[in-house]
Amino acid sequence: MNFEYTEEQKMIQQAAKDFAERELLGDVIERDEKSEFPTEHIKKLAELGFLGMMTDPKYNGGGMDTISYVLAMEEISKIDSSVAVVMSVCNSLVNWGIETYGTEEQKQKYLRPLASGMKIGAFLLSEPEAGSDATSQRTTAEDKGDYYLVNGTKNWITNGNSASTYIVIAQTHPEKKHKGINALIIDKDSPGITLGPHENKMGMRSSDTHSVMFNDVKVPKENRLGDDGFGFSFAMKTLEGGRIGIAAQALGIASGAFERALKYSLERKAFGTEIFNHQHVAFKLSDMAVMIENGRNLCLKAAWLKDQHLPYGVASAMAKQYCADMAMHITTEAVQIHGGYGYVKEYHVERLMREAKLTQIYEGTSEIQKIVISRSLLK
Amino acid sequence: MKILICISNVPDTTTKIKFVNNNTAFDNAGVQWIINPWDELALTRALDIKDAQPGTIDNITVVNVGLADTEPTIRKALAIGADGAIRVNAEPKDTFFVASQIAEIVRKDAFDIVICGIESSDYNGAALGGMLSEMLGIPSVSAVSHLEITNGAVELKREIDGGQETVLTQLPFIAVIQKGIAKDPRIPSMRGIMSAKGKPLQVVEPTAVDSLTEFIGFELPKPKAACRKIDAENVKELVDLLHNEAKLI
Repeated sequence: MNFEYTEEQKMIQQAAKDFAERELLGDVIERDEKSEFPTEHIKKLAELGFLGMMTDPKYNGGGMDTISYVLAMEEISKIDSSVAVVMSVCNSLVNWGIETYGTEEQKQKYLRPLASGMKIGAFLLSEPEAGSDATSQRTTAEDKGDYYLVNGTKNWITNGNSASTYIVIAQTHPEKKHKGINALIIDKDSPGITLGPHENKMGMRSSDTHSVMFNDVKVPKENRLGDDGFGFSFAMKTLEGGRIGIAAQALGIASGAFERALKYSLERKAFGTEIFNHQHVAFKLSDMAVMIENGRNLCLKAAWLKDQHLPYGVASAMAKQYCADMAMHITTEAVQIHGGYGYVKEYHVERLMREAKLTQIYEGTSEIQKIVISRSLLK
Repeated sequence: MKILICISNVPDTTTKIKFVNNNTAFDNAGVQWIINPWDELALTRALDIKDAQPGTIDNITVVNVGLADTEPTIRKALAIGADGAIRVNAEPKDTFFVASQIAEIVRKDAFDIVICGIESSDYNGAALGGMLSEMLGIPSVSAVSHLEITNGAVELKREIDGGQETVLTQLPFIAVIQKGIAKDPRIPSMRGIMSAKGKPLQVVEPTAVDSLTEFIGFELPKPKAACRKIDAENVKELVDLLHNEAKLI
């Protein structure tokens, strides 16, 4: 067992840290307040290759492993999860899905511009009445011979407006239930697609989340990913990897809040000494450090399993559930250590606390992860 | 045009500095090493020119005098965009030793411009450029904060007391660069990091040169005194303290 990162992994970690501190930190609070999408920041992130960092270089990707991706996600998320989630959706869901299950033509046409970051992708699974229960897809993809006719509404779509390429999960054969579902690549500018307003969210306010409506949208048959009826399996397989990204994001939120709390505890004095010297604060920080280390190890193990082409679905569920719940706890404690200063925006920890909450909800709630984990105990 | 950039392997600027061996040696345990910030800016400027004016610069090589443990720092320079690297396999004992090694590299392979940072952020020697100039018999320009290459001619701007001086120089020459030469150091891209492994990193043995200096001892600066706050209304107490305690007035 080797716990040491390679030189490349360390370099990627440092590059992500430098990027986050130099490019994101300066206006993260302002963008959060204004719910402003980080267009220029994402452009720079794309230029450095982070949006397609795990994709094969022959499709314009960086060819990095999943461990590198976890390290980069943690560093970006320490500062700005709204940017990290763009990176996560592009890498884990859209690019990975097309690279793993797409045809060569689909990879040439869609993956290349996505992996280079010229285009952004979005993954459209959730619906107004199908969140955790993803089998109940109401969006339909009617088979019209040489094309699909798509109708329905998708909810909570990250990159809903900024993406150019959608992967849409829709029902083609309702009688077959989840085995009748397909995954389709759809250009966002296809006729019949309209967007709902930008969601006014609690946290990650700088990422653009929309509902997307499909009204008789024609999609060529060659845009289907995998065989007819593979869509649900496609979504579940893709989300297994997606969980690693969100786990790493939650880890970053937690470690970012922890670093700020530790720094503050060494600066702030109470009763004649730095508050770190009060045992209750020191022990709190000690507990936080242990939890973060646990979370990081879970993330890295899931990433390692994926890189070794071993089953990683349960490991990624464990990492996601633990890190999301841990991030909620750590950020709350970080606010507590900051006292009143933690409750105002300029100290960042209240924002990190708001961001942490979403990691318990999206890409599979903590409860859904517990279903995955508990079912694995019976096998 | 071929450019050689001298890079030092220095502790991260946030490192807590400690000394060992009776305060005669730096304690490098747990230290994270980086490219000397001035050298990294020099590399960034050279790459900016190479990218913006294709054909102007054919090759950017970095050189470091150090043992094998400096290679991650050298690889980072390659990941940022240098075309190749040379490592002189020796402990960098002092500036004379380092300059002698780099001069030997330049004698063997003609470079049009040799760039080094105005100082390294560890020992702050600020002597390499001048020594190289003397050893190689070529001009050097110090405190360069702007460097342009137009049709093979090099225009430099350097900081002087109260202003700036513009210098035209012929090749080859040594540029000793100051902050301002580039805005921020480049962050290596994913592709750069992957391609760094395949770029040439030549290891050469040092020429026999005696170091001319030895470290007798280091001292850390005294800790900053605690800040005392005086009530804004209490000017008399402030004046008393400045006069009697701080003895500043």
